[in-house]
Amino acid sequence: MSIPANLKYTKSHEWARPEADGTVTVGITHHAQELLGDMVYVENPAVGRQLAVGEECAVVESVKAASDVYAPLAGEVVAVNSAVADSPEQINQDAYAAWMFKIKPTNPADLNGLLDATAYQALVESEAH
Amino acid sequence: MLKQTPLNSLHRAMGARMVDFGGWDMPVNYGSQIEEHHQVRRDAGMFDVCHMLVVDVTGSGIREFLRHLLANNADKLKEPGKALYSCMLNPNGGVIDDLIVYFMREDWFRIVVNAGTAEKDVAWMEQQRAAHAPQLTIKPRRDLAMIAVQGPNAREKTWQAIPGSRAATEPLKPFQAAEFAQYFIGRTGYTGEDGFEIMLPVAEAGSMWQTLHDCGVAPIGLGARDTLRLEAGMNLYGQDMGEDVNPLEAGLAWTIDLVSPRDFIGKQALLAKPATMQMLGLVLLDKGVLRGHQKVVTPHGVGEITSGSFSPTLNQSIAFARMPQAVAVGDTVQVEIRDKLLNAKVVKLPFARNGKALI
Repeated sequence: MSIPANLKYTKSHEWARPEADGTVTVGITHHAQELLGDMVYVENPAVGRQLAVGEECAVVESVKAASDVYAPLAGEVVAVNSAVADSPEQINQDAYAAWMFKIKPTNPADLNGLLDATAYQALVESEAH
Repeated sequence: MLKQTPLNSLHRAMGARMVDFGGWDMPVNYGSQIEEHHQVRRDAGMFDVCHMLVVDVTGSGIREFLRHLLANNADKLKEPGKALYSCMLNPNGGVIDDLIVYFMREDWFRIVVNAGTAEKDVAWMEQQRAAHAPQLTIKPRRDLAMIAVQGPNAREKTWQAIPGSRAATEPLKPFQAAEFAQYFIGRTGYTGEDGFEIMLPVAEAGSMWQTLHDCGVAPIGLGARDTLRLEAGMNLYGQDMGEDVNPLEAGLAWTIDLVSPRDFIGKQALLAKPATMQMLGLVLLDKGVLRGHQKVVTPHGVGEITSGSFSPTLNQSIAFARMPQAVAVGDTVQVEIRDKLLNAKVVKLPFARNGKALI
């Protein structure tokens, strides 16, 4: 599966998408779900929580293992996707559609510090070796 | 360098995701672990278990040797082909390994041991042989491959894959084996489903795997093997038991014969330290996933989860937990998951057998 060019990425395999309203939508990548396998549990942060960059703020669990999800940038949680918490397999079906939460970033320019699709592709390839 | 089974390239060709499993390069799944799990409960699947080791014991006086070596009583093996599940204990009562022993003839017993413990097991058996039964021969059979075919349709599909084997293997009761041509076929497994474990020459393993596949048997990875055995209430060595765990506190009392006058390695140690804990099942009532090493809080003291995962059959999380003996089936206990206490119900094992949930 190709890595969408319009998203930003972290080294810990989250994706981040800037929205027109200034918020940033966050999920985990296709590569991450592939490594974890069948998803059975998602725990999102509470709406209103202030996140520091890199903070452990959510958990995804597959049949195989639990994995922390880290905040790609600092800001306030303004929405969570309860549909994905009810049906975690949505992440396996389409990791880039199954968003987890939205952040109102403290500093929108922080997005520029994340990986672009080319850099993330290189990271995934380097981890495969 | 990881060790490979004779089926390694076939796993890759069938789309397996490979992982390091105790030094072996093994398939964890071929796509979806949950789908593979259901495939075994509903139809038929096959497992590469070539990493496990077959050990043949031959000579005269094997029974006497096994009476001393094994915690379960080999005298229960009366009919040829009959198999017995047993622990092999050290003198302190810890579990060196759990194994299956097949009685074929008075001068030939076959033992199947775990992959991770195989070398240690053979060394221990050899040491005991030299001390107590030097006339016996103990022979590891790395020349044999092993494929497990499991599920409600596993036997039918095996009969299609091995023409002529039906007459020899249809009369087998559970936990019984027979030889057919170059095959050794046991009605055993690690899933809680009907089926066979087939031992055969390494050179034929690939063609057998392919033929079974052509007969509609899907390849199943170690991921589903773990959730299947967990639902079936079957212990995993190194997780639910080991050298530092009292087997009487690991749900293994049914396999340990402390009643008969027979003396076996580890018996005195077990008699000297009665069990204070017990192994029971847990079903998580709240949302989340139970995992090994999570703490269990009960009114009678703390316990610990030894194996936990998500049960595809029950569609909720299940676990084995070692808890104080006063905890009873039907109680609600709390499991600590990431600083939260979640409710779990104490249940009897197993959780599922023969395609059906028992909870």
